[in-house]
Amino acid sequence: MLTVSMNVNGQSVSGEIEERTLLVQFLREHLKLTGTHVGCDTSQCGACVIHVDGVSIKSCTMLAIQAEGSEVVTIEGLAGNGQLHPMQQAFKDNHGLQCGFCTPGMVMSGVDIVNRNGSEVDEATVRKELEGNICRCTGYHNIVKAIQAGAKDMGGQ
Amino acid sequence: MYNFSYEKVSSVDKAVEIIRSAEDGKFLAGGQTMLPTMKHRLADPSNLIDLGGIKELKEISSDENSVTIGAMVTHAAVAASIEINEAIPALSKLAGNIGDPAVRNRGTIGGSIANNDPAADYPAAVIALGATVITNKREFVGDDFFTGMFETALDDDEIIVSVKFPKTEVAAYMKFENPASRYAIAGVFLAKTADGVRIGVTGATACAHRGMRLEDALNQDFSPNSVDKIDLPVEKMNSDIHASAEYRAHLVKVMTKRAVQACT
Repeated sequence: MLTVSMNVNGQSVSGEIEERTLLVQFLREHLKLTGTHVGCDTSQCGACVIHVDGVSIKSCTMLAIQAEGSEVVTIEGLAGNGQLHPMQQAFKDNHGLQCGFCTPGMVMSGVDIVNRNGSEVDEATVRKELEGNICRCTGYHNIVKAIQAGAKDMGGQ
Repeated sequence: MYNFSYEKVSSVDKAVEIIRSAEDGKFLAGGQTMLPTMKHRLADPSNLIDLGGIKELKEISSDENSVTIGAMVTHAAVAASIEINEAIPALSKLAGNIGDPAVRNRGTIGGSIANNDPAADYPAAVIALGATVITNKREFVGDDFFTGMFETALDDDEIIVSVKFPKTEVAAYMKFENPASRYAIAGVFLAKTADGVRIGVTGATACAHRGMRLEDALNQDFSPNSVDKIDLPVEKMNSDIHASAEYRAHLVKVMTKRAVQACT
Protein backbone atom coordinates (compact mmCIF):
# COMPACT_ATOMS: atom_id res chain seq x y z
CA MET A 1 0.00 0.00 0.00
CA LEU A 2 1.03 3.56 -0.70
CA THR A 3 -0.09 6.98 0.42
CA VAL A 4 -0.81 9.36 -2.43
CA SER A 5 -1.44 13.10 -2.22
CA MET A 6 -2.51 15.48 -4.93
CA ASN A 7 -4.64 18.53 -5.55
CA VAL A 8 -7.97 17.71 -7.19
CA ASN A 9 -10.20 20.57 -8.36
CA GLY A 10 -8.47 22.97 -6.01
CA GLN A 11 -8.59 20.77 -2.92
CA SER A 12 -5.73 18.85 -1.35
CA VAL A 13 -6.58 15.17 -1.11
CA SER A 14 -4.74 12.06 -0.07
CA GLY A 15 -5.53 8.38 0.21
CA GLU A 16 -4.21 4.92 0.93
CA ILE A 17 -4.04 3.00 -2.32
CA GLU A 18 -2.70 -0.20 -3.82
CA GLU A 19 0.22 0.36 -6.17
CA ARG A 20 -1.91 -0.80 -9.11
CA THR A 21 -4.68 1.75 -8.49
CA LEU A 22 -5.31 3.69 -11.68
CA LEU A 23 -5.84 7.43 -11.44
CA VAL A 24 -9.42 7.04 -12.68
CA GLN A 25 -10.09 4.47 -9.93
CA PHE A 26 -8.72 6.82 -7.32
CA LEU A 27 -11.00 9.59 -8.57
CA ARG A 28 -14.12 7.44 -8.88
CA GLU A 29 -13.80 4.94 -6.05
CA HIS A 30 -11.80 6.81 -3.42
CA LEU A 31 -12.92 10.39 -4.00
CA LYS A 32 -16.38 9.45 -5.36
CA LEU A 33 -15.86 11.83 -8.30
CA THR A 34 -17.80 9.68 -10.75
CA GLY A 35 -18.04 12.27 -13.52
CA THR A 36 -14.89 10.82 -15.11
CA HIS A 37 -15.95 7.71 -17.03
CA VAL A 38 -14.34 4.47 -18.19
CA GLY A 39 -15.54 3.42 -21.62
CA CYS A 40 -12.90 0.94 -22.80
CA ASP A 41 -9.84 -1.00 -21.70
CA THR A 42 -7.60 -0.10 -24.61
CA SER A 43 -6.94 3.62 -23.94
CA GLN A 44 -8.80 4.56 -27.12
CA CYS A 45 -12.21 5.95 -26.10
CA GLY A 46 -11.29 9.09 -24.15
CA ALA A 47 -14.22 9.00 -21.68
CA CYS A 48 -11.65 9.26 -18.87
CA VAL A 49 -9.80 12.36 -20.12
CA ILE A 50 -8.89 14.79 -17.33
CA HIS A 51 -6.20 17.44 -16.93
CA VAL A 52 -3.03 16.76 -14.96
CA ASP A 53 -0.69 19.71 -14.49
CA GLY A 54 -2.51 21.59 -17.22
CA VAL A 55 -2.55 19.00 -19.98
CA SER A 56 -5.07 16.35 -21.04
CA ILE A 57 -4.32 12.74 -20.16
CA LYS A 58 -6.25 9.48 -20.12
CA SER A 59 -6.78 8.74 -16.44
CA CYS A 60 -7.28 5.02 -17.18
CA THR A 61 -3.71 4.89 -18.47
CA MET A 62 -1.91 6.52 -15.59
CA LEU A 63 -1.32 5.15 -12.11
CA ALA A 64 -2.73 7.22 -9.25
CA ILE A 65 0.73 7.29 -7.68
CA GLN A 66 2.12 8.88 -10.85
CA ALA A 67 -0.07 11.91 -10.09
CA GLU A 68 1.61 12.38 -6.70
CA GLY A 69 1.96 16.12 -6.07
CA SER A 70 0.09 17.04 -9.25
CA GLU A 71 -2.70 19.51 -9.96
CA VAL A 72 -5.66 17.52 -11.25
CA VAL A 73 -8.83 18.96 -12.81
CA THR A 74 -11.83 16.73 -13.55
CA ILE A 75 -15.21 17.54 -15.09
CA GLU A 76 -16.48 18.33 -11.58
CA GLY A 77 -13.89 21.10 -11.33
CA LEU A 78 -15.04 23.12 -14.34
CA ALA A 79 -18.28 24.74 -13.15
CA GLY A 80 -18.07 27.43 -10.51
CA ASN A 81 -20.47 29.60 -8.51
CA GLY A 82 -23.46 27.64 -9.77
CA GLN A 83 -22.61 28.41 -13.39
CA LEU A 84 -21.59 25.94 -16.06
CA HIS A 85 -18.17 26.39 -17.62
CA PRO A 86 -18.50 27.98 -21.11
CA MET A 87 -17.56 24.66 -22.73
CA GLN A 88 -20.26 22.81 -20.75
CA GLN A 89 -22.79 25.49 -21.66
CA ALA A 90 -21.81 25.21 -25.33
CA PHE A 91 -22.39 21.44 -25.30
CA LYS A 92 -25.84 22.07 -23.81
CA ASP A 93 -26.70 24.85 -26.27
CA ASN A 94 -25.50 22.94 -29.35
CA HIS A 95 -26.97 19.55 -28.45
CA GLY A 96 -23.40 18.21 -28.27
CA LEU A 97 -24.50 15.04 -26.51
CA GLN A 98 -27.13 12.36 -26.58
CA CYS A 99 -26.53 9.57 -24.05
CA GLY A 100 -23.86 11.66 -22.34
CA PHE A 101 -21.40 8.87 -21.54
CA CYS A 102 -18.52 10.30 -23.55
CA THR A 103 -19.36 13.90 -22.64
CA PRO A 104 -17.04 14.43 -19.63
CA GLY A 105 -14.06 13.36 -21.75
CA MET A 106 -15.27 15.40 -24.72
CA VAL A 107 -15.63 18.55 -22.60
CA MET A 108 -12.21 18.08 -20.97
CA SER A 109 -10.60 17.47 -24.38
CA GLY A 110 -12.52 20.47 -25.74
CA VAL A 111 -11.08 22.76 -23.06
CA ASP A 112 -7.60 21.35 -23.75
CA ILE A 113 -8.03 21.97 -27.50
CA VAL A 114 -8.89 25.62 -26.80
CA ASN A 115 -6.00 25.97 -24.35
CA ARG A 116 -3.59 24.90 -27.08
CA ASN A 117 -5.24 26.34 -30.19
CA GLY A 118 -7.02 29.48 -29.02
CA SER A 119 -10.57 30.73 -29.26
CA GLU A 120 -10.67 30.80 -33.08
CA VAL A 121 -9.80 27.12 -33.55
CA ASP A 122 -11.05 25.84 -36.92
CA GLU A 123 -13.25 22.84 -37.60
CA ALA A 124 -10.52 20.70 -39.17
CA THR A 125 -8.28 21.18 -36.14
CA VAL A 126 -11.08 20.29 -33.72
CA ARG A 127 -11.85 17.11 -35.65
CA LYS A 128 -8.20 16.06 -35.76
CA GLU A 129 -7.67 16.83 -32.09
CA LEU A 130 -10.70 14.74 -31.14
CA GLU A 131 -9.02 11.59 -32.46
CA GLY A 132 -8.76 10.19 -28.96
CA ASN A 133 -12.43 10.66 -27.99
CA ILE A 134 -15.08 8.30 -29.29
CA CYS A 135 -18.83 9.05 -29.35
CA ARG A 136 -21.30 6.38 -30.46
CA CYS A 137 -24.40 8.62 -30.60
CA THR A 138 -23.92 11.99 -32.18
CA GLY A 139 -21.85 11.51 -35.30
CA TYR A 140 -19.62 14.26 -33.88
CA HIS A 141 -21.13 17.19 -35.83
CA ASN A 142 -22.67 18.88 -32.81
CA ILE A 143 -19.69 18.09 -30.62
CA VAL A 144 -17.43 19.91 -33.07
CA LYS A 145 -19.90 22.82 -33.23
CA ALA A 146 -20.06 22.91 -29.43
CA ILE A 147 -16.28 23.00 -29.04
CA GLN A 148 -15.97 25.85 -31.55
CA ALA A 149 -18.74 27.76 -29.79
CA GLY A 150 -17.22 27.01 -26.39
CA ALA A 151 -13.86 28.20 -27.69
CA LYS A 152 -15.31 31.62 -28.57
CA ASP A 153 -17.04 31.88 -25.18
CA MET A 154 -13.83 30.93 -23.37
CA GLY A 155 -12.00 33.69 -25.22
CA GLY A 156 -12.43 36.22 -22.46
CA GLN A 157 -11.12 33.89 -19.74
CA MET B 1 -4.06 -5.71 -13.27
CA TYR B 2 -1.92 -7.73 -10.88
CA ASN B 3 -0.28 -5.75 -8.13
CA PHE B 4 3.42 -4.88 -8.06
CA SER B 5 5.96 -2.90 -6.08
CA TYR B 6 6.38 0.69 -7.22
CA GLU B 7 9.31 3.00 -6.89
CA LYS B 8 9.97 6.35 -8.54
CA VAL B 9 13.65 7.06 -8.98
CA SER B 10 15.61 10.24 -9.62
CA SER B 11 18.70 8.71 -11.21
CA VAL B 12 19.54 6.10 -13.84
CA ASP B 13 21.94 4.38 -11.41
CA LYS B 14 19.19 3.92 -8.82
CA ALA B 15 16.83 2.49 -11.44
CA VAL B 16 19.46 -0.03 -12.50
CA GLU B 17 20.18 -0.97 -8.88
CA ILE B 18 16.50 -1.72 -8.22
CA ILE B 19 15.93 -3.73 -11.37
CA ARG B 20 19.00 -5.88 -10.69
CA SER B 21 17.57 -6.95 -7.33
CA ALA B 22 13.97 -7.32 -8.57
CA GLU B 23 12.52 -10.69 -9.50
CA ASP B 24 10.93 -9.45 -12.74
CA GLY B 25 11.19 -5.69 -12.81
CA LYS B 26 10.17 -3.35 -15.62
CA PHE B 27 11.00 0.28 -16.26
CA LEU B 28 7.96 2.55 -16.54
CA ALA B 29 8.30 5.42 -19.03
CA GLY B 30 5.05 7.00 -20.28
CA GLY B 31 3.10 3.81 -19.64
CA GLN B 32 0.88 4.16 -22.70
CA THR B 33 1.60 0.57 -23.73
CA MET B 34 2.84 -0.88 -20.45
CA LEU B 35 -0.26 -0.02 -18.42
CA PRO B 36 -2.86 -1.29 -20.94
CA THR B 37 -0.80 -4.49 -21.29
CA MET B 38 -0.80 -4.93 -17.53
CA LYS B 39 -4.54 -4.17 -17.34
CA HIS B 40 -5.12 -7.08 -19.71
CA ARG B 41 -2.87 -9.23 -17.52
CA LEU B 42 -0.58 -9.83 -20.47
CA ALA B 43 2.29 -8.54 -18.34
CA ASP B 44 2.83 -9.19 -14.66
CA PRO B 45 6.00 -7.43 -13.49
CA SER B 46 7.03 -7.77 -9.84
CA ASN B 47 8.33 -4.20 -9.76
CA LEU B 48 7.67 -1.04 -11.71
CA ILE B 49 10.53 1.43 -11.64
CA ASP B 50 9.14 4.82 -12.67
CA LEU B 51 11.70 6.82 -14.66
CA GLY B 52 9.53 9.97 -14.48
CA GLY B 53 11.71 11.56 -11.81
CA ILE B 54 14.99 11.49 -13.77
CA LYS B 55 15.48 15.04 -15.01
CA GLU B 56 18.38 14.29 -17.39
CA LEU B 57 16.12 12.01 -19.45
CA LYS B 58 13.76 14.90 -20.24
CA GLU B 59 16.25 17.18 -21.99
CA ILE B 60 16.44 18.20 -25.65
CA SER B 61 19.74 19.54 -26.97
CA SER B 62 21.33 20.17 -30.32
CA ASP B 63 24.63 21.03 -31.96
CA GLU B 64 25.65 21.85 -35.50
CA ASN B 65 24.98 18.39 -36.87
CA SER B 66 22.50 16.66 -34.61
CA VAL B 67 19.63 16.93 -32.18
CA THR B 68 19.53 14.74 -29.07
CA ILE B 69 16.22 13.86 -27.45
CA GLY B 70 16.08 12.49 -23.91
CA ALA B 71 14.32 9.14 -23.54
CA MET B 72 11.55 10.56 -21.33
CA VAL B 73 10.64 13.42 -23.67
CA THR B 74 6.96 13.06 -24.57
CA HIS B 75 5.61 12.94 -28.11
CA ALA B 76 3.82 16.24 -27.40
CA ALA B 77 7.11 17.86 -26.37
CA VAL B 78 8.88 16.59 -29.51
CA ALA B 79 6.03 17.88 -31.68
CA ALA B 80 6.12 21.29 -29.97
CA SER B 81 9.91 21.72 -29.92
CA ILE B 82 11.09 24.52 -32.22
CA GLU B 83 14.63 23.12 -31.94
CA ILE B 84 13.55 19.73 -33.30
CA ASN B 85 11.26 21.23 -35.94
CA GLU B 86 14.16 23.28 -37.29
CA ALA B 87 16.54 20.31 -37.30
CA ILE B 88 14.24 17.57 -38.64
CA PRO B 89 10.74 18.80 -39.56
CA ALA B 90 9.61 15.28 -40.52
CA LEU B 91 10.38 14.04 -37.00
CA SER B 92 8.22 16.75 -35.39
CA LYS B 93 5.39 15.82 -37.71
CA LEU B 94 5.75 12.12 -36.91
CA ALA B 95 5.59 12.82 -33.16
CA GLY B 96 2.51 15.02 -33.61
CA ASN B 97 0.64 12.16 -35.28
CA ILE B 98 1.27 9.40 -32.75
CA GLY B 99 -1.94 8.23 -31.05
CA ASP B 100 -4.03 11.19 -29.90
CA PRO B 101 -3.33 14.38 -27.90
CA ALA B 102 -3.83 12.77 -24.47
CA VAL B 103 -1.59 9.82 -25.36
CA ARG B 104 1.05 12.21 -26.72
CA ASN B 105 1.12 14.03 -23.39
CA ARG B 106 2.27 10.82 -21.64
CA GLY B 107 3.98 8.59 -24.21
CA THR B 108 7.75 8.97 -24.63
CA ILE B 109 10.31 8.39 -27.37
CA GLY B 110 12.35 6.05 -25.16
CA GLY B 111 9.31 4.00 -24.24
CA SER B 112 8.24 3.68 -27.86
CA ILE B 113 11.65 2.53 -29.02
CA ALA B 114 12.24 0.15 -26.11
CA ASN B 115 8.82 -1.45 -26.64
CA ASN B 116 9.46 -1.81 -30.40
CA ASP B 117 5.86 -2.44 -31.34
CA PRO B 118 5.87 -3.68 -34.95
CA ALA B 119 3.52 -0.81 -35.87
CA ALA B 120 5.14 2.00 -33.85
CA ASP B 121 6.20 5.16 -35.66
CA TYR B 122 9.53 6.09 -34.06
CA PRO B 123 11.46 2.94 -35.07
CA ALA B 124 11.01 3.87 -38.76
CA ALA B 125 12.55 7.29 -38.06
CA VAL B 126 15.46 5.88 -36.06
CA ILE B 127 16.27 3.49 -38.91
CA ALA B 128 15.84 5.93 -41.80
CA LEU B 129 17.71 8.77 -40.15
CA GLY B 130 20.49 6.49 -38.89
CA ALA B 131 19.93 7.76 -35.36
CA THR B 132 22.08 6.65 -32.43
CA VAL B 133 20.29 5.08 -29.45
CA ILE B 134 22.37 5.95 -26.39
CA THR B 135 21.93 3.78 -23.28
CA ASN B 136 23.58 3.76 -19.86
CA LYS B 137 25.98 1.12 -21.24
CA ARG B 138 26.62 1.72 -24.94
CA GLU B 139 25.38 3.11 -28.26
CA PHE B 140 23.47 1.50 -31.11
CA VAL B 141 23.21 2.92 -34.60
CA GLY B 142 19.97 2.73 -36.57
CA ASP B 143 18.57 -0.70 -37.25
CA ASP B 144 21.09 -2.53 -35.01
CA PHE B 145 18.81 -1.68 -32.10
CA PHE B 146 15.64 -3.40 -33.37
CA THR B 147 16.02 -7.17 -33.33
CA GLY B 148 12.49 -8.60 -33.69
CA MET B 149 8.82 -8.25 -32.76
CA PHE B 150 8.79 -6.36 -29.43
CA GLU B 151 12.50 -7.27 -29.17
CA THR B 152 15.48 -4.95 -28.97
CA ALA B 153 19.19 -5.25 -28.29
CA LEU B 154 18.67 -3.88 -24.75
CA ASP B 155 19.73 -5.94 -21.73
CA ASP B 156 17.20 -6.26 -18.92
CA ASP B 157 19.11 -3.75 -16.79
CA GLU B 158 19.82 -1.32 -19.60
CA ILE B 159 18.08 2.06 -19.93
CA ILE B 160 17.80 4.26 -23.00
CA VAL B 161 19.17 7.67 -22.03
CA SER B 162 18.64 9.54 -25.29
CA VAL B 163 18.37 9.26 -29.05
CA LYS B 164 20.68 11.34 -31.24
CA PHE B 165 19.35 12.20 -34.69
CA PRO B 166 21.51 13.66 -37.50
CA LYS B 167 19.96 16.91 -38.74
CA THR B 168 18.05 16.08 -41.91
CA GLU B 169 16.06 18.70 -43.74
CA VAL B 170 14.71 16.57 -46.56
CA ALA B 171 12.71 13.72 -45.09
CA ALA B 172 9.09 12.61 -44.87
CA TYR B 173 7.04 10.09 -42.95
CA MET B 174 3.88 8.69 -44.48
CA LYS B 175 1.64 6.26 -42.67
CA PHE B 176 -1.58 4.50 -43.45
CA GLU B 177 -3.04 4.39 -40.00
CA ASN B 178 -5.50 2.22 -38.17
CA PRO B 179 -8.40 4.64 -37.56
CA ALA B 180 -8.92 3.51 -33.95
CA SER B 181 -5.41 3.09 -32.58
CA ARG B 182 -3.54 5.41 -34.98
CA TYR B 183 -0.85 2.75 -35.23
CA ALA B 184 0.66 2.30 -38.68
CA ILE B 185 -0.85 -0.44 -40.83
CA ALA B 186 2.10 0.52 -43.00
CA GLY B 187 4.45 3.45 -42.47
CA VAL B 188 7.45 4.63 -44.47
CA PHE B 189 10.06 7.13 -43.30
CA LEU B 190 12.21 8.41 -46.15
CA ALA B 191 15.33 10.50 -45.52
CA LYS B 192 17.71 12.04 -48.02
CA THR B 193 21.05 11.69 -46.25
CA ALA B 194 24.67 12.33 -47.20
CA ASP B 195 24.91 8.60 -48.01
CA GLY B 196 21.88 8.63 -50.27
CA VAL B 197 18.25 7.74 -49.71
CA ARG B 198 17.46 5.78 -46.54
CA ILE B 199 14.09 4.21 -45.84
CA GLY B 200 12.62 2.82 -42.63
CA VAL B 201 9.48 0.70 -42.94
CA THR B 202 7.14 0.03 -40.00
CA GLY B 203 3.81 -1.71 -39.52
CA ALA B 204 4.35 -4.05 -42.45
CA THR B 205 6.52 -6.82 -40.99
CA ALA B 206 7.39 -8.33 -37.59
CA CYS B 207 9.82 -5.52 -36.88
CA ALA B 208 10.65 -2.15 -38.41
CA HIS B 209 13.40 -2.52 -41.00
CA ARG B 210 15.35 -0.76 -43.75
CA GLY B 211 13.70 -0.84 -47.14
CA MET B 212 16.82 -1.77 -49.09
CA ARG B 213 15.08 -2.57 -52.39
CA LEU B 214 13.25 0.74 -52.25
CA GLU B 215 16.46 2.58 -51.41
CA ASP B 216 18.33 1.00 -54.34
CA ALA B 217 15.64 1.96 -56.81
CA LEU B 218 15.33 5.51 -55.49
CA ASN B 219 19.10 6.04 -55.44
CA GLN B 220 19.09 5.31 -59.18
CA ASP B 221 16.01 7.35 -59.98
CA PHE B 222 14.37 9.47 -57.29
CA SER B 223 10.83 9.43 -58.64
CA PRO B 224 7.55 7.78 -57.60
CA ASN B 225 7.58 5.73 -60.82
CA SER B 226 10.76 3.89 -59.89
CA VAL B 227 8.88 2.32 -56.95
CA ASP B 228 6.38 0.64 -59.29
CA LYS B 229 8.71 -1.99 -60.66
CA ILE B 230 9.86 -3.29 -57.26
CA ASP B 231 8.55 -6.62 -55.99
CA LEU B 232 8.34 -6.63 -52.21
CA PRO B 233 8.40 -10.02 -50.44
CA VAL B 234 4.74 -10.62 -49.59
CA GLU B 235 5.65 -13.69 -47.49
CA LYS B 236 7.41 -11.45 -44.96
CA MET B 237 4.44 -9.09 -44.49
CA ASN B 238 2.07 -9.22 -41.53
CA SER B 239 -1.46 -10.39 -42.15
CA ASP B 240 -4.30 -9.68 -39.69
CA ILE B 241 -7.88 -8.43 -39.48
CA HIS B 242 -6.77 -4.95 -40.53
CA ALA B 243 -4.87 -5.84 -43.70
CA SER B 244 -3.66 -8.86 -45.67
CA ALA B 245 0.01 -9.39 -46.50
CA GLU B 246 -0.63 -8.48 -50.16
CA TYR B 247 -2.38 -5.27 -49.13
CA ARG B 248 0.46 -4.30 -46.80
CA ALA B 249 3.05 -4.90 -49.53
CA HIS B 250 1.02 -2.60 -51.76
CA LEU B 251 0.66 0.03 -49.03
CA VAL B 252 4.42 0.14 -48.42
CA LYS B 253 4.91 1.12 -52.06
CA VAL B 254 2.10 3.69 -51.96
CA MET B 255 3.47 5.26 -48.77
CA THR B 256 6.96 5.32 -50.32
CA LYS B 257 5.64 7.12 -53.39
CA ARG B 258 3.90 9.69 -51.21
CA ALA B 259 7.12 10.21 -49.27
CA VAL B 260 9.07 10.67 -52.50
CA GLN B 261 6.52 13.24 -53.67
CA ALA B 262 6.78 15.08 -50.35
CA CYS B 263 10.58 15.22 -50.72
CA THR B 264 10.62 16.35 -54.35
